[in-house]
Amino acid sequence: MTEEFHELTLTVNGKRVQRRVPARLLLSDFLRQDLHLTGTHVGCEHGVCGTCTVSVNGKCTRSCLTFAIQLQGCEVSTVESVGTLQKMHPLQKAFWEKHGLQCGFCTPGMLMTAMELLAENHAPTREQIADAISGNLCRCTGYETIIDAITAAAAEMREMETQA
Amino acid sequence: MKPAPFHYVRPETLEDALSDLARHPGEARIIAGGQSLVAMMNLRLAHPELLVDINGLQELDYHRVDSDMLCIGALARHAALAASPLVQKVAPLMSAAYPHVAHSAVRNRGTLAGNLCHADPASEMPAVMLALDARFRARSVKGDREIAATDFFLGPYTTALAEDEMLVEIRVPVRQCGYGFEEVSIRQGDFALTLVAATLSLQAGRVHAASIAYAGVEGNALRIASAEKLLIGEVPSDALFERVAAEAANVIQPGDDMHADAAYRLDMIRTLTPRALRSAAATA
Repeated sequence: MTEEFHELTLTVNGKRVQRRVPARLLLSDFLRQDLHLTGTHVGCEHGVCGTCTVSVNGKCTRSCLTFAIQLQGCEVSTVESVGTLQKMHPLQKAFWEKHGLQCGFCTPGMLMTAMELLAENHAPTREQIADAISGNLCRCTGYETIIDAITAAAAEMREMETQA
Repeated sequence: MKPAPFHYVRPETLEDALSDLARHPGEARIIAGGQSLVAMMNLRLAHPELLVDINGLQELDYHRVDSDMLCIGALARHAALAASPLVQKVAPLMSAAYPHVAHSAVRNRGTLAGNLCHADPASEMPAVMLALDARFRARSVKGDREIAATDFFLGPYTTALAEDEMLVEIRVPVRQCGYGFEEVSIRQGDFALTLVAATLSLQAGRVHAASIAYAGVEGNALRIASAEKLLIGEVPSDALFERVAAEAANVIQPGDDMHADAAYRLDMIRTLTPRALRSAAATA
């Protein structure tokens, strides 16, 4: 079968993007190869490891289990939207301070998943955090420090909210 | 791991989706959440020529109670059903099983209908649908038919749907009954090594009706009628539940795989069945 192309328009990290894409192009490859947003990592490519997790219309989604063409008109946010080196998000700072990463491969998916959790739950318990990140595999940390980081970030974000 | 090339359409009406299926018998697949299908395509275990994307058919994204049936549309996402107070009220067995169904990102996008059509032998919802006597409405350009859950799951990844049919609605009878759900898996959210879904209803302290369904143990989810029969007319007790579990373990012929051998699965059937039945009796 010959490759079939489609016109795709969507919003990525607040910017409108228009591209001609093959029907079979995965969202993960679209982000990394077409848009050079390499913060989204690709691990297992069958929905098990969670490192490719991005947000689609505010909901965490496996970008390796989604075809780019399915997201016509959608709003996608990747880890690049969370913060910058100069202006880190409290969650990113907490991952740094609490040793929430070692090799960093799982981190983009962990951050996106934690962002969704913290948007819905401002004071998650350790158990709720463990449940939320259960679809994200980490082979370095043993998870405890990731849970520490998300707990600390939640406290910091609550603090910022009271001050504001 | 990239999927083979395919044609892609995004119909705007159900009729268009059904005629796309009818025009490409055996070559077209419906895609909604894609949480099972895209993984299969990435692994090249599935290579449809045409993907019919039904995400535009918003009229199929619903769940509501209609004449004593919980009706769930083809585009209802797991996350919506898992968080639904209505589902918790009229089909609490589904709510009890949902924490075991994959992970939040998969539940956000995956649909119940797609989960059932994928018919993974170790998936939770086929067993839950069997235990709840659900019925599935299938539609094609030729018309409508209803398939009982017990007639729907034919084998691993195989259902009773014809090539031109689409599962458009899941219908779960609303009834007062106790429920229990127990599962053992390698990690949270993984497919089951063994799972049990059970319902019980009592009248004057005796079991009036019962259902027990298993998954992860044979080629498809299954009900064990001979084990259910042992319960009818009896007063719930641990000894009774042990006998029921022994009967189920006697009938089911589990397979071996790299995660667990048949003997382990039989042990799990004997262990989890009484637990599920105890919960069902406590909530009946």
